Amino acid sequence: MNNTTTAPAIKMADLGRNSQQLNLAQETTSIDVQNMNLYYGTSQALKDVTLQIPKQRVTAFIGPSGCGKSTLLRSFNRMNDLVDGVRIEGEVNIDKQNIYAKGVDVADLRRRVGMVFQKPNPFPKSIYENVAYGLRIQGINNKRLLDETVEWALKSAALWDETKDRLHESALGMSGGQQQRLVIARTIAIKPEILLLDEPASALDPISTLKIEELIHNLKDKFTIIIVTHNMQQAARVSDYTAFMYLGKVIEFDSTDKLFTNPNQKQTEDYITGRYG
Amino acid sequence: MQISLKDWIRSGSPWIWLSASAVAISVVLVLGLLGIIASRGLVHFWPATLQEYTYTQAQDLKIQVLGEQVQREQVTAEQIRNSGIAVPEGMELLGRQLIKVGNREVYGSDFRWALENQLSNLDYPTYATSFERYEQGNFYGFILSIKENGQITAQQEKGSNQLWASVIERIQQTDLIHTKIKALEKGEIGAINYKLEQLRLDERRLVLKGDDTPENLAKLNAKKAEQQAKYALLEAELRALYKTLSTASLVVITADGQTKEINFSKIVRAYQPNNMSLTQKTSHYFTKLWEFVSDDPREANTEGGIFPAIFGTVMMVLIMSVLVTPFGVITAVYLREYARQGFITRVIRIAVNNLASVPSIVYGVFGLGFFVYFIGGNLDKIFYPEAAPAPTFGTPGLLWASLTLALLTLPVVIVATEEGLSRIPRTVREGSLALGATKLETLWRIIIPMASPAMMTGVILAVARAAGEVAPLMLVGVVKLAPNLPMDMNAPFLHLERKFMHLGFHIYDVGFQSPNVEAARPLVYATALMLVVVIAVLNITAISLRNRLREKYRALDM
Repeated sequence: MNNTTTAPAIKMADLGRNSQQLNLAQETTSIDVQNMNLYYGTSQALKDVTLQIPKQRVTAFIGPSGCGKSTLLRSFNRMNDLVDGVRIEGEVNIDKQNIYAKGVDVADLRRRVGMVFQKPNPFPKSIYENVAYGLRIQGINNKRLLDETVEWALKSAALWDETKDRLHESALGMSGGQQQRLVIARTIAIKPEILLLDEPASALDPISTLKIEELIHNLKDKFTIIIVTHNMQQAARVSDYTAFMYLGKVIEFDSTDKLFTNPNQKQTEDYITGRYG
Repeated sequence: MQISLKDWIRSGSPWIWLSASAVAISVVLVLGLLGIIASRGLVHFWPATLQEYTYTQAQDLKIQVLGEQVQREQVTAEQIRNSGIAVPEGMELLGRQLIKVGNREVYGSDFRWALENQLSNLDYPTYATSFERYEQGNFYGFILSIKENGQITAQQEKGSNQLWASVIERIQQTDLIHTKIKALEKGEIGAINYKLEQLRLDERRLVLKGDDTPENLAKLNAKKAEQQAKYALLEAELRALYKTLSTASLVVITADGQTKEINFSKIVRAYQPNNMSLTQKTSHYFTKLWEFVSDDPREANTEGGIFPAIFGTVMMVLIMSVLVTPFGVITAVYLREYARQGFITRVIRIAVNNLASVPSIVYGVFGLGFFVYFIGGNLDKIFYPEAAPAPTFGTPGLLWASLTLALLTLPVVIVATEEGLSRIPRTVREGSLALGATKLETLWRIIIPMASPAMMTGVILAVARAAGEVAPLMLVGVVKLAPNLPMDMNAPFLHLERKFMHLGFHIYDVGFQSPNVEAARPLVYATALMLVVVIAVLNITAISLRNRLREKYRALDM
């Protein structure tokens, strides 16, 4: 099904690659966003967002710069809390629990909702310690368990073969693409339910981008993946569902095939055909 | 091609030349400074040749002078005539020499200025001997005989040096005994005295508590008796040693024919500089240099070594670093990571920066008033009532000096740490938080290690500033001569309440408070060089530590 992943530049006509018919109505919901508004000080970044993100699928957020797709992504693990003067209304339910309710343990939430950032951000530690970091934070210091998990995570991130002989060297000596896969390995090592990817390939070269995309494809059985991307081809290649956002609103959310081939909204069509954005 | 001046100025090269010359001048100044200090200080330890002259003080008042030439200068004849000394007509300039003649008890002063035209018959007597003594400075003269218990046992033959070997041997023997005595006095007897003092305080404590029951007192007295018995034994041993010391003496004659008897126990070392080979001189030089850095001072700090001052300086700087680093880092972390940025934090930052510009003597006064009298006084009241009225912590000491300097250098550490914290990429913090780490865990495991090179930079600057500071220390703990090092073998080993010596203060004391200015001058240079070396070593240690950390926590370069 993914013959397209080997060809980074694809044509819109190739998009009907998915033999399996996806239907949003039949999916189990992983994240349920209800009437969410988000303000940075006085400016509103998200406007009345309501969205059900399906479980164990890859969902892509696309849209022009500043449309709020990263903000929406970062509100799923409450990374926006770090911004001064942020105010959030509405609900984000994960497993039927509002993560913005009082008494929610943010650290615990972030263990369940892992995140990979735009720029690779390995810690200035060894490759091994980078991957083991999340576990050590949880107080796991059992050598065997750590070894096993690190190996599993690096294998899952398709990095094991390249790193198994230099696990205890600094992670900062790796290439950008390797670093980004290391960060993914680090994130999946704590076995989150949901994986948020914030433009994970935008700082990488085409080969590394391809590897990341393959990785996403391989990981989607185990995790619910949400990816923010600028690159429509990428969204088309990797995602099952796509949400198009514009000016803080979700304009259209549907299966990727449907959205790219037969969008319901005029704005969506204009964007994907390159008329603006 | 001709370039106009205007174009040349516009091209920016004048500024390049200006800054290059400024750099060059600075480098030359620094090197010159170090050069002067080093040359003047280090030459002092070289065994100078002994010169003998006939010194014509007046028409028929001629005396023989033996000594080291210390300094030579040209003065105008006019100047000399004005001071009432006859100078032959036709002379414009006169040479003048400062001669170290030693023999303080004979001549009254170690040094003598002499006009070169009054000096004649210059000679370098081969067997002229220089005696370094524990008291009264050097003695220059010739060996006559050795006396044992008041009886002459060996006589030097005219024009020979046959006694030299036995003189050296005897000096070495007494030196061994001296070492033993010192070890006894400082070591075992010192320990006993320390214990006796502790027992006295214990007794006083019992009395104050009302616990002075006969049993308790009896216990203490038993312990006391035990120590006193030990002391009696050691004292007998010590006395025996002293007795063996003072049996033999050396009869010497000065250049002008006065004989003098010097007990061997008073001689540190003897050497015949005119009879020494270059190798011997070199080895003598390094022995003296080693003595300088490893020995205690003698003779009101004008002789011997400066070890206690080096030790005190290093100790104080280390304790200061240990105190200032956590304080500064915690403050910076709070300001940068936890405090809401706003008016209050701005005020705090301004205050911190202003703290850096307060004159250091003000810190000294504050340290004396707050740390020594207030905190120290109260500590004494609460924890050491048995020692009253003698203060324990309520008097200047190492701890208070270190604390005062820690306060003085706090701003540097805070500013450097904040700088380092602000340079850590936000993405790294987010990466840690996104893995479920709390803010504290992120700080502890990621941020602090990554900012550690910047903290070290702060510590380096703090060390550089603290090690050279003298003024506040004079108020809060530095003394001219400390009887004990702040660290020894008596529990609790580190005696923070003790007063200590410091190189900076030592320079001031030797240079300006010394009764013997000429003797002290080379030591001032040597001590200054030592201070520079100590600061350099401390800094290089800190810098290499920082570079290691930098390598380890190299920030993400993207």
